[in-house]
Amino acid sequence: MIYFDQVSKIYNGTGKTVALEDVSFAVEPGEFISIVGHSGAGKTTLLKMLLAEEDPTSGTVFFESVNIHGLRDSEKPMLRRRIGTVFQDFKLLPHKTAYENVAFAMEVAGRTEDEIAADVPHVLDLVDLGSKMFNFPGQLSGGERQRVAIARAIVNQPDLIIADEPTGNLDPVNTYEIVQILRKINDMGTTVFLTTHNKGIIDSVKKRVITLDQGRIVRDDKEGGYTL
Amino acid sequence: MFFLNVKRIWKSGFVSFWRNGVVSLSAVLVMVVALFMIGSTILLSAVLEDSLTTLKEKVDINVYFAQDATDEEIQGFIKGLEALPEVSAVEYITRDQALMDFKERHANDQLTLQALDEVGDNPLLAYINVKADDPAQYQGIYTQIESPGALSPIERDIIYKVNYEEERNQRAIERLSLAIAGFQKVGFAIVIIFILTAALITYNTIRLTIYVSREEIAVMRLVGAENNYIRGPFIAEGVFYGIVGGILTIALFYPLTVWVEQGTSSFWGGLNLFDYYLSNFFQITVIVLLSGIVLGATASYMAVRKYLSI
Repeated sequence: MIYFDQVSKIYNGTGKTVALEDVSFAVEPGEFISIVGHSGAGKTTLLKMLLAEEDPTSGTVFFESVNIHGLRDSEKPMLRRRIGTVFQDFKLLPHKTAYENVAFAMEVAGRTEDEIAADVPHVLDLVDLGSKMFNFPGQLSGGERQRVAIARAIVNQPDLIIADEPTGNLDPVNTYEIVQILRKINDMGTTVFLTTHNKGIIDSVKKRVITLDQGRIVRDDKEGGYTL
Repeated sequence: MFFLNVKRIWKSGFVSFWRNGVVSLSAVLVMVVALFMIGSTILLSAVLEDSLTTLKEKVDINVYFAQDATDEEIQGFIKGLEALPEVSAVEYITRDQALMDFKERHANDQLTLQALDEVGDNPLLAYINVKADDPAQYQGIYTQIESPGALSPIERDIIYKVNYEEERNQRAIERLSLAIAGFQKVGFAIVIIFILTAALITYNTIRLTIYVSREEIAVMRLVGAENNYIRGPFIAEGVFYGIVGGILTIALFYPLTVWVEQGTSSFWGGLNLFDYYLSNFFQITVIVLLSGIVLGATASYMAVRKYLSI
């Protein structure tokens, strides 16, 4: 489903910074894959390439059979609609309610008002936020905001969910809940791509783990734990 | 799909206009300042143009007729004058009319009225006011009036006095023509500068409001929104700034024109600014509102473009 083929990314700032170096791996549909590594190991760069936010310096990234970086600007929104994203800082629209944040993702995908009215409450119920549907992000706790973000990520039934340090700002209880939700999504057949620092998460999930160090893949374990 | 998107864009623009209360208020106020400049330019040019017409109308030639000139002789003279193509109007004031005007003017001045009674017979002369289409033509008309027999085939001279001070009038006329030309040039430059300033101020304010939303724009892109769908609500918001700002500006001109008129009517006399505002209300409203809408939409379009390039 996803295939990184000898991907390198070099930032030319003051001196060269190598973010990724000769990274190759494949992800099958339905996999739950965790990327671990120290800060600056290249985890976020990897995800940004999947979203066509960054271009590789060399190599290619495929999503299904499409070369992501051969896409024209006007085609990128179509790719992004097939990928749900969850971030450490939630990235919700602050002037929209929880309901409107989730509805926005559906509007963008061209769904009708009827579909939106039916799906949004359903998805918010799934993440246990049915009662806070009309609260603004500022009126929600960190864990609740992250659940809104997850609801937004899954509402269009994407093929892939990307979660970039989704629990980085959360306490252990909320962290556990978010991971449970992600596992549930994965159980329903959606591929999940997770980056994290949290050893507890990796050890409890017991799924494939790729370890990055200074832009290189140093381990790729089918059912790994957190080893750095 | 197209109409659904248009509907969503307008709704979303309105909702964010409403919810971003303080930001919207400041943008609207700046818009009012900008539109006020444009509106004032319209009113100012109306005032100036009107003053010029008033001044032009004040220039004329008075011809006083001898006391024994008969009405027929004078009418014949007027006919001759009216036949001249450069003459636009001739106003005839008979001796009786002149006497009535005089009495009316001095209604509160018993002494003068008594003196008039003492004289017994009407001492006033009949006269005409001659107006030309163009101030530059007075000299020619004056020459015609002065040359005997040119206007009426009468042997004797019925003209008592011609009131046309050549040098003074000529200077006034020259200055007037210069003023008209100068106003047209300067006025145009002022309009351009005002409108540019207004556009820049609005652009900067809207750019700031969009700068506040730059993270939102990034989020919308990540969710897979197309550029037009992101840009749309911002442009709609800019249009709302323009509409609300325009309505406020129009409303502001109502008390303002009344006030300006009260303060200045003594030396302008001619133009009633408030009446001008009321009678041109529709045109002024359309111009101010359209300027606001175009300003707001263009500024939003340009400001948001910067954040759409990932």
